[in-house]
Amino acid sequence: MALAGLGLLFFLLPLAGLIVRAPWNQAVGAITSPETATALELSLFCSLAATAIALVLGIPLALVLSRTTGNLRRLMRALTTLPMVLPPVVGGVALLLAFGRRGLVGSFLYQAFGIQIPFTTAAAVMAETFVAMPFLVIAVEGGLRSLDPRYEEAARALGARGWMVFARVTLPLLRPAIFSGAVLCWARALGEFGATITFAGNFPGRTQTVPVAVYVALETRPDSAIILSLILLAVSLAILVGMRDRWLGPPL
Amino acid sequence: MTRRLVVLAAFLLVVGCGGQSGGANATSTPSQTTLTVFAASSLKPAFDKVGARLQATKNVVPTFNYAGTQTLTGQLQQGAPGDVFASADTAHMTTLQNAGLVSGSAKIFAHNSLEIAVSKGNPKGIHTLADLSRAGLVVVLADPSVPAGKYAQQALAKAQVTVHPASLELQVTGVLTKVALGEADAGIVYVSDIVTSGKVDGVTIPDSQNVIADYPVAVLKAAQNAAGAQAFIDLVLSSDGQTILKAAGFQGV
Repeated sequence: MALAGLGLLFFLLPLAGLIVRAPWNQAVGAITSPETATALELSLFCSLAATAIALVLGIPLALVLSRTTGNLRRLMRALTTLPMVLPPVVGGVALLLAFGRRGLVGSFLYQAFGIQIPFTTAAAVMAETFVAMPFLVIAVEGGLRSLDPRYEEAARALGARGWMVFARVTLPLLRPAIFSGAVLCWARALGEFGATITFAGNFPGRTQTVPVAVYVALETRPDSAIILSLILLAVSLAILVGMRDRWLGPPL
Repeated sequence: MTRRLVVLAAFLLVVGCGGQSGGANATSTPSQTTLTVFAASSLKPAFDKVGARLQATKNVVPTFNYAGTQTLTGQLQQGAPGDVFASADTAHMTTLQNAGLVSGSAKIFAHNSLEIAVSKGNPKGIHTLADLSRAGLVVVLADPSVPAGKYAQQALAKAQVTVHPASLELQVTGVLTKVALGEADAGIVYVSDIVTSGKVDGVTIPDSQNVIADYPVAVLKAAQNAAGAQAFIDLVLSSDGQTILKAAGFQGV
C-alpha cells in the first residue's frame, strides 16, 4: 500500500513541479507568442498527418498481422512493434540512413527527382509516423483478434464478397479499436522528439515541433518551455481521461 | 509465482547491496577517485585523451558528460552533480558564476575558431562564407542558443552574408554529423571538429570574418572531488594537456 502510494507520488511530483513552477501570469503571453504558436501549429499538422498515414497503412497491416500465424507472424509483429522499444534517436538515425540523401531509398529519390526528405516537414511527419504507428497497429490487431469471426462468416454465407465484408462488417465492428488506436497514435506523434530532431532537424515553422521547441526554449526561454510542456501535459491527460480504460486493450 | 518473485527480490537485494558496498573501492586501489566533468561537446576528442592521461597518472577516473554548453548550463543550474565545467564560451561560464555555482575563478584553457565543413572533396565548390548563401545549397548551422551557433551568426554578420539554414542543430556535433552523412552540403563548425572528424573537409574562414571562441574551465562549487577537479584542470593547462588540445585542432593558451 505504502509502495503503491510511493509509485503514484513518483508520477505525480513531476506534474506538480510543472504546475507549481509555471509562470501563470505570463501564460497567455507565452502561448500567443509567435514562436510558441508556430510550434503548436506545426505539431498539430504533423501529428494529424502522421495519424492519417498510420490509419491508411496501419489498418491493412493489422489485418494481415491478425490473419497470419506462426513464425511469420512473430517476425512481422516484432518488426511493427520495434519502434515502440527502439530509442527514438536510433529510429531517427535509421530513417536518415534509409531516406537521407545518401540513404538506401533516399539516394534514388534524390538522384532521380532531386527530392531531399531530411530537414523538411515531411521528414517530421515520417519520424512521427515511424514512432507512433505501432500503437495503432497493436490496438487494431487486438480489436481484430477479439472479433467474433461468426459475423464475417455470416456475411460471407449471405453472399458478400471480401471487400464488402470488410467495409460493411469488419470495419464497423472495429471502430472502437481504430478510434482508441488512432488517439494513442496521435498522442505519441504529438510527443515525438528523438527521431524528429535526428531525422528532420530543428527549424522553426518547418521541423520545430512542440517537444523540440521545449528543448530549445529550456535554456533561452524557460517560461515558454514550461508553458509548452503544460500544454502537452494537458493534451495527454485529456486523452487518457477521455479514453478511460479502453486504451491498448481490446474494447470490452 | 509468489515464491519466484520472492527469490527474484532477494537476488536483486543481494546484487544491489553488493553493488553498493563493493563498487569502486572493492575493484580498485583505495586511492582511486572518480570525477565528473561537464564539457562542451566540441571538446570530446581532446578530453577523452586528457581523461585517459589523468587516469594513468593521477589515478582519477573521469566520467564525461558531453553536450551543448547551453544544455550543460541548464543541467547544472537545475542541480546536476558535477566536479568540473568546461564551456565553449565565457557567457555560459559567467551565467553559472552569477548563479554562485562556480568555485574560484575560471581559466581559459583553449581557443577555437570556425571553419566551413563540407563533404569530402568539396563537390559543391564552397570557398567562402558568401558561397553559403547560394540557392539550392543545404546549409546546417548550430542553434543560436548553442555557442557554435552564436559564433557562426557573428561570423556571417561580419561577412555580411545571409544564410537560410535547413536546420539549427542543438549541438555542434549535430552539424558535423549532418555534413558527414551527406545530408547537408555545408555547415559552420569549429576547426577542431574538422581536424578530429576525418569525415569532412574544412574550408578556411579568413581571420577578418572569423570568430575566436574562448574555452574556460572551472571547478564547480558542488564538487565531490575538488582535488581531482583541480588535478584535471592542471593537466589541461599543462604542456601535456595543451599538446593534446593542439593535436585535436584547438589553439593553446
